[in-house]
Amino acid sequence: MNKEIKIQVLGSGCSTCKKLFELTKQAVNELNLRIEVEYITDIQKIVEMGVISSPVLAIGGKPVIAGLSPDIKKIKETIKEIIK
Amino acid sequence: MDIFYPLQLLSDWLVYGIFNLGKVSHLGTSLNFFIYDSLKIIFLLLVINYFMAIIRYYLSVEKLRDFLASRKWYGLDYLLSSIFGTITPFCSCSSIPLFIGFLEAGIPLGVTLSFLITSPLVNQVAVVLFAGLFGWKITILYVISAMILGVTGGFILGKLNLEKQVADYVWQIRSKKSKAVNKKESLRKLVKIFWQEGFSLTKKITPYVLLGIAVGALIHGYIPAGFFEKYITVENLFAVPIATIVAVPMYANVVGVIPIMQSLVEKGIPIGTALAFMMAVVGLSLPEALILKRVMKIKLLVYFFGVTAINIIIIGYLFNLFVK
Repeated sequence: MNKEIKIQVLGSGCSTCKKLFELTKQAVNELNLRIEVEYITDIQKIVEMGVISSPVLAIGGKPVIAGLSPDIKKIKETIKEIIK
Repeated sequence: MDIFYPLQLLSDWLVYGIFNLGKVSHLGTSLNFFIYDSLKIIFLLLVINYFMAIIRYYLSVEKLRDFLASRKWYGLDYLLSSIFGTITPFCSCSSIPLFIGFLEAGIPLGVTLSFLITSPLVNQVAVVLFAGLFGWKITILYVISAMILGVTGGFILGKLNLEKQVADYVWQIRSKKSKAVNKKESLRKLVKIFWQEGFSLTKKITPYVLLGIAVGALIHGYIPAGFFEKYITVENLFAVPIATIVAVPMYANVVGVIPIMQSLVEKGIPIGTALAFMMAVVGLSLPEALILKRVMKIKLLVYFFGVTAINIIIIGYLFNLFVK
């Protein structure tokens, strides 16, 4: 397992964004990953990634989910696929 | 034949047969209205959210942005931007990154504002509710009005040279050209993904829709027909502007407002007046203004709201004049 990979949730601070952050933390926990999930509310960071919807789930600096807060199953699958 | 007729039979059977409520009782009519409308709308939502998941997959906002920025459009971009605004799902969480991202890609300010005006007014859920409650004719008129609102609003604002009124830091931001990439999936897997996405979205909004229908059902069952005609008539010229202004401090999703609006119209509120109220609740909300203040200086914000408000009032009058 690669521990250096960063998991970030970027959002404008709206409730959907906070929910994605909570769910991602939960997903990381349930997958027994020792990775800190970072929550970023600086919108410049979102745009700099090339994404223009919010919230964003970024793994290793790359946006993987943008514009919606999916259910936890989907988040877990996405994390598992990228961090093997 | 009405394809929803079986649902009407089902709700009649439940309310008048099983619950044994009278056909003219307030509770009976309300409950019947609630059950029938809820079933119909949830069914329609499931269908449309499935299709929207497909559209979302192939047409992300990022792609639309790149398309708009790819060449000079000579004014056609206002219309395109408005059309895109109607098909993309919109959450106020996205308005700032979207605003910055569009400008950063070189899309003119007016065109960006066209998108921002149309987007909250029309989305697939609003269309379903409109069609389910008002019928297709009014739905199409509504969508066209919202697009005209976006195009003219954006066009006027674009001509006012307000670029200096955008917060300065916005012009400094530079994006990397990386995008969220869609992985290649097999068709079978995609069908499943679309279904899951559509279903989970339907699940998420259903409580709000039901709440809206419940309030609508109470109005339907308990308020006498023509009740509002005494107070708000088509002839009352102040009704539309007042409805627009009253709506500004309110913040509600378009989803919750439509069923309530339908019941009010049924009880005698002119449709244009109700529509102006609804568009203002969704498109001119104070909380939205506070969000946008992070990227707009006060003058631009005032112009943006002012032009949109005037357009909403005009649409309200037109509906009152021409739609029965």
